This record gives sequence, structure tokens and C-alpha cells, in this order.
Amino acid sequence: MDRTWNNKAWFMVLPVLLLVAFSAVIPLMTVVNYSVQDTFGNNVFFWAGSEWFEEILHSDRFWEAMGRNLVFSAIILVIEIPLGIFIALNMPKKGWGVPVCLVLMALPLLIPWNVVGTIWQVFGRVDIGLLGYSLRALGFNYNYVNDPFDAWITVIVMDVWHWTSLVVLLCYAGLVSIPDAYYQAAKIDGASRWAIFRYIQLPKMNRVLLIAVLLRFMDSFMIYTEPFVVTGGGPGNTTTFLSIDLVKLAIGEFNLGEAAAMSIVYFLIIMLLSWVFYTVMTAYDAER
Amino acid sequence: MNLTWMAWTLPTAVFFITILVLLCGMAVWEYVSPGGNPRVGVLRFETTRGDRLFLSLLGSAFIHLAWLGLVGPNLWWALALSVVYAVGVFRYV
Repeated sequence: MDRTWNNKAWFMVLPVLLLVAFSAVIPLMTVVNYSVQDTFGNNVFFWAGSEWFEEILHSDRFWEAMGRNLVFSAIILVIEIPLGIFIALNMPKKGWGVPVCLVLMALPLLIPWNVVGTIWQVFGRVDIGLLGYSLRALGFNYNYVNDPFDAWITVIVMDVWHWTSLVVLLCYAGLVSIPDAYYQAAKIDGASRWAIFRYIQLPKMNRVLLIAVLLRFMDSFMIYTEPFVVTGGGPGNTTTFLSIDLVKLAIGEFNLGEAAAMSIVYFLIIMLLSWVFYTVMTAYDAER
Repeated sequence: MNLTWMAWTLPTAVFFITILVLLCGMAVWEYVSPGGNPRVGVLRFETTRGDRLFLSLLGSAFIHLAWLGLVGPNLWWALALSVVYAVGVFRYV
């Protein structure tokens, strides 16, 4: 047999394996252990079997949070993807404007998530925030603290402000990689601006767009910090997404068993999405 | 080493030992037949036997959850279905 594989190299990954074991596998094992038991504290546990999973799968609260999360992800994708493409198409391709635009686009991405939340929490306040105060002065009855619609608008606009840049940068990278020959051919054929976008730019961007969609979907599906800082999941439960609900369940209500079961269901969904993401990325690399 | 904070139970220990045995089995299989046996199956992209194990385990988890949510707490049928699913994945994916 022609042995071109050196399996001894696997020993080189042992340190990483140990590190991952401590940082991820052991906590995950603990969560699995919690998910099949009940506790009232003092490190005393009672066997509960699949009870917590049944409770989660039949819980309106869980499915409502899941629904809110999916709606949120769908809305931000519908806004951020076209907006990101539009901005990328209109960004300069050469000259001094390129670095200026790239730095401006990168800025929101460099701000820590809790700082973004704090910025928007203050920005939206009707007493001292520029946005809230201005909207009130213009006659809008805006108040994200007690109006669910305003809370949703604030959280969505905040996410668009924070993450559209990522879509822009990905699309821009896709656009600048298109050889000039394509544009020259389109010019000779007298192609319209729309035809150039539809038949040259969009097909050439489709891979980076797929990555952008998947990245934004996964990120928005796991969103926690920004809405937690701005609305705390409220008013009521109207902006309580899955991760916020999970923290409320585990730390707020000390319902460790149910929170562990919810974590596992949530983890499996994220795992599935990650696998799709990884598969798409590797298939793209293989094609290249 | 005191592991009481991890709240171990016999069923969860058996579960994780099974996963560990599967991983060790895969490692031995890889040692005996290196390369991961890549092939293009029904999903139309290349998968190795590691990918197939991952898909089997992830799919089995969803089968169990679906059974719990839609049928009831008796999970033996879900386990049987998962085994059939895993065999299918290793055969056709």
C-alpha cells in the first residue's frame, strides 16, 4: 500500500485537544449532565431523564423566543444584504477614497458589542439621547423602553449599523476581484448598468454573498449583548431572543436543568448551521 | 479529583464513553486505512468517514429531539431510527 499519510502528526494536535477539552468539552459535558437532572442547590441533584427536553420542546416561551430570533434574523438579512451590496457597488475602486471608505466601514466592526449596546441605549433615550430626543422633537411618539415596536426598530437599526459593514467589505472584496475585461466586454456590447450588475457583478459576488448571508444569519441567531444592553429583552418579552431567554432561565430563575436542555437544543441548531457554513466554505475552496 | 460539581450520572457517563469509543474506533480505522475514504455521495460533495460520523451523530440528536417533541418520552424507537439513519449515512452520503 502506498502510505503517503503520516498519522504521527496527529500527536502534534494533542495540546490543542487538551485546551479544547478544558475550555469546551468539560463545560459541555456538565451541561449535558445538568440537562437530565434537577437541583435545588447545594450540589444535590435528582434524576429527571428527558423531562427538561420535553418541557423545552413543548414550551411556548422557547418557541416564541425562537420565532422572535428567526424574525429578527430574517429582517436584518433583508436589510443588510441589499444595503451592503448597494454600498459596496458605490464605493470607490481607486484613489484616496478607497482607504477612507474601508476604514469608515471597518469602524463599527471594531467596537465591542457591549459598547455598541451602550451607545445605542444612550442614543435612543428620549431625555438625553440624540436620536430619541430628536424624534420626540419632530413629533414622533418614540420610546424604546415601553413600546415594543420602537424597541424592535432600535435593535434592528443598531444591528444594521453594526454589521452592514461586514457585508459591504465582503461584497467589495468580491467586486474588486472581477477582471476589467468583463466590464470592457459589457461596454462593447452596450450593456446597461442593471445588465452589468445582473450578469457580471452579482454572479461574481454570489460566493461571498453566501458567506455573508450565513455569517450574518449565524451571528444574528446568537445575538445577546447588544439587545440585552439596550432593552434587556423588553418591554415585556418582546425583544427576548433565545440567548437572552437562556440567561434569564439559568441565572435569573436558577432553573439549571431546563436551561441546560435549552442550551443543548440551541447548541445543536448552531452546530447544524456551522456545519452548513463549513461545508459551503470548503466546497468554495475546492472549486477555486 | 473531585468531580461532583459536574453532576455525573451513569447514563450520561455511558453516553460520553460511547462517543469516546466511537472516536477511538474512528482513530484506529484511520490508522489502518488512512485518508478518510473520501467520496461524493447523495449530498453531491466530498465527505470523509469523519464527516459521516459527525452527520450521523448530529442527525441522531435531531431524531431524538423530534421524537421527544412529536411522539413521546420512549426513546428506544428513536434510537433504532438513529441507527438506521447512521447506517444510511455511512452507506450513501
